[in-house]
Amino acid sequence: MSTRPAPPISPDVSPMVSMDMITKTFPGVKALDEVKLNLYPGQVTALVGENGAGKSTTVKILTGIYQPNGGTIRIDGDSISFASPNDAAKAGITAIHQETVLFDELSVAENIYIGHAPRMRFGLIDTAQMHRSAAKLLAHIGAPFSSHTHLRDLGIANKHLVAIARALSVDARVVIMDEPTAALSHKEIEELYELVETLKSQGKAILFISHKFDEIFRIADRYTVFRDGAFVGDGRIDDISEGDLVTMMVGRSVDQIFPQSDHDIGDEVLKVVGYEHPTEFADINFSLNKGEILGFYGLVGAGRSEFMQALFGITKPSKGVCRVNGDIKVIRSPADAVSNGIVYVPEDRGKQGAVIGLPIFQNITLPSLSKTSRSGFLKLAEEFKLAREYSQRLDLRAASLDQDVGNLSGGNQQKVVIAKWLATQPQVIILDEPTKGIDIGSKAAVHEFMSELAAQGLSVIMVSSEIPEIIGMSDRVIVMRDGRIAAELTKDELSPETLVRHAAGITSPTEGAAA
Amino acid sequence: MTRLIPVRETILGAAILVLLLLVSSRFAGFVAPSNLANVFNDTAPLIILALGQMVVILTRCIDLSVAANLALTGMAVAMINVAMPGLPIPVIIAIAVLLGAIMGAINGVLVWKLAIPPIVVTLGTMTIFRGIIFLISDGKWVNSHEMSPAFTDFPRMVLLGLPVLSWAAIITIILFGIMMARTQFGRSIFAVGGNPHAAVYTGIDVGKTQFWAFVVSGALAGLTGYLWVSRFAVAYVDIAGGFELEVVAACVIGGISIAGGVGSVGGAVLGAIFLGVVKNALPVVNISPFWQLAISGSAILIAVAFNARAGRTKGRIILKTAEATQ
Repeated sequence: MSTRPAPPISPDVSPMVSMDMITKTFPGVKALDEVKLNLYPGQVTALVGENGAGKSTTVKILTGIYQPNGGTIRIDGDSISFASPNDAAKAGITAIHQETVLFDELSVAENIYIGHAPRMRFGLIDTAQMHRSAAKLLAHIGAPFSSHTHLRDLGIANKHLVAIARALSVDARVVIMDEPTAALSHKEIEELYELVETLKSQGKAILFISHKFDEIFRIADRYTVFRDGAFVGDGRIDDISEGDLVTMMVGRSVDQIFPQSDHDIGDEVLKVVGYEHPTEFADINFSLNKGEILGFYGLVGAGRSEFMQALFGITKPSKGVCRVNGDIKVIRSPADAVSNGIVYVPEDRGKQGAVIGLPIFQNITLPSLSKTSRSGFLKLAEEFKLAREYSQRLDLRAASLDQDVGNLSGGNQQKVVIAKWLATQPQVIILDEPTKGIDIGSKAAVHEFMSELAAQGLSVIMVSSEIPEIIGMSDRVIVMRDGRIAAELTKDELSPETLVRHAAGITSPTEGAAA
Repeated sequence: MTRLIPVRETILGAAILVLLLLVSSRFAGFVAPSNLANVFNDTAPLIILALGQMVVILTRCIDLSVAANLALTGMAVAMINVAMPGLPIPVIIAIAVLLGAIMGAINGVLVWKLAIPPIVVTLGTMTIFRGIIFLISDGKWVNSHEMSPAFTDFPRMVLLGLPVLSWAAIITIILFGIMMARTQFGRSIFAVGGNPHAAVYTGIDVGKTQFWAFVVSGALAGLTGYLWVSRFAVAYVDIAGGFELEVVAACVIGGISIAGGVGSVGGAVLGAIFLGVVKNALPVVNISPFWQLAISGSAILIAVAFNARAGRTKGRIILKTAEATQ
């Protein structure tokens, strides 16, 4: 179903960097599967793909942070391999990240020249020379601050300028810009575009990663599309329309099978009115019914997880009311949320989910300890009973419940975290990216379980960036963009194109009116 | 956790046995039951403090103020005893525990509510507590002839063949064993240290748990303050100076991870006993006490290196299982 325009790449320019048949696997997942990517001198190549398409893995391979399991990287035709980020830097590849990775307590000049500062006798740093060269670079890119300024005193846009100056100082030939405009104002973005033009005119090859289509069509010369870690297509930006690019991005090659749920949707369980946070989200209103699976779709940084954390009491919204079964509830802490029957299975299992070091059964009973204790003392037999009941319901595969969770696979760890919450017998369960980074088999089990939960009358909020999952599982979908609700879609209105358009803010005559 | 720690404890137990064997080959009397009981009694304060420290370290904090807390409480109860010789010993003990707990609570509040790093907080309060001893005592000593006989005799009183001081350690060990394995507080301590983010999502208040850990540590320091001062029948500003490092060392040798979340009551107790044996055995076999420092230091390094290696092997196992389950 995916269209493949594949326009011919003009033969007169040969790529400066070419990645070919690059494969990268992590335990349980194939992040990149024989992808290719070419970067041309003096041109901007946009790397386009959904969340999880493999863009950041590609950047990490290009900058030497990850080593690929297979494939070749060529620079000017010579095959090359990077054992470390240092090797990549020496080859002239530099990256400007979404969050700048620079040092707040050092001066601008020190930031620009850290690792390759001009030296005097005895290997001491030649501070005067460093500041002179830094000032020259800053003037060149039109930066309105001195090389002596401390980085902590600069705003995000100016920090980007420092990062760019740093890229120029190492005489980079390849500049990777990973969502460089995410934190910039309109005016700052314009200035960044000018800089990109400067870099182009100097013959640098630029890899530009962005979710914003207007941006891509404004500054990119070429595009490459990845989907689910695989190469989909590439070509010149002039030869493709916005619509075709969206289709290439979301079109599915492998059909996933989702459980057909015939659960009844009952009365309203949760109503959120006017939730607002000073910086992360605003004007969030929705309701959730008994037995319903409500999907939350959006791009990374759209404020979905931030809102869920506020709903769960981890952060405090500045405004807003939450009603559970019609009664106004004040949720100030996760403990309040749990006692009101709202539980949250976070996205980052490693950081926020399982307690590695505790055995499985203790992880499962952690939020239910008051249920398994008698007069203040924990009853191990009760704990095992509860843990066994819920681990069986989730088909958890473990040698023993006494085993350390750290020894389980990602999918099974996820099951432990879900079992932990189900054991508290909640009304509303928030699943944040429930199947991210787990193998296909475990994914199917999680999906099946999710519809089972809904059938049993539990209300599910599923935050997901995977379009097939959102479409396959949700009864209703809320799309968030820039911290606000961009659209609320019923099951019949769902299509990959509609979701992407609302999430990316593309107003198109054909699909734009779906909400 | 369940499998790793017994291994660690067994190795530490074996190390203590080897040490005892070596010493007994030079001086057989050292391993006589009565002498071993003396060594245990001598180590009792370290055991009690190490258990309090263990709870704090498990929650990813550290309490450097325990020795100063001990000294201040000891001085306070000694002065109370001088002023009111008739006050019964249980009341004295209650005051000591309460005073210690209050000082622990001060540490806890600073860590919890002001989010100051624990090492800074307890370094500060350590100095403050020492300073207060000087202020309340004018730098003077409280000597044995000023203390009431009941006050000084209590820790030496023999019950069922062991002095009260030893029983205090044994009861603390039992209570902590139960607390860590069988109460919500004990479980929360492991969760907070093992994965603070996950603990938050589980509805556990990380700061509050750390606060109570400091209170527990402080209360035990207070109890030890009375036991120490009455046992040695003297109280002065510099009592137990530097002892906090020995307490932390006992925990580290006992396999309590400084990174939090990993450790056991048995480990902390064995770590303390190891140090106690080293301290008591060296003079017996005519090794200069200066070597004691070197040996304790080496034991710390070996224990840390061993724990780090244990952690690495664990990492390899995880990868293998992850690949095997694909």
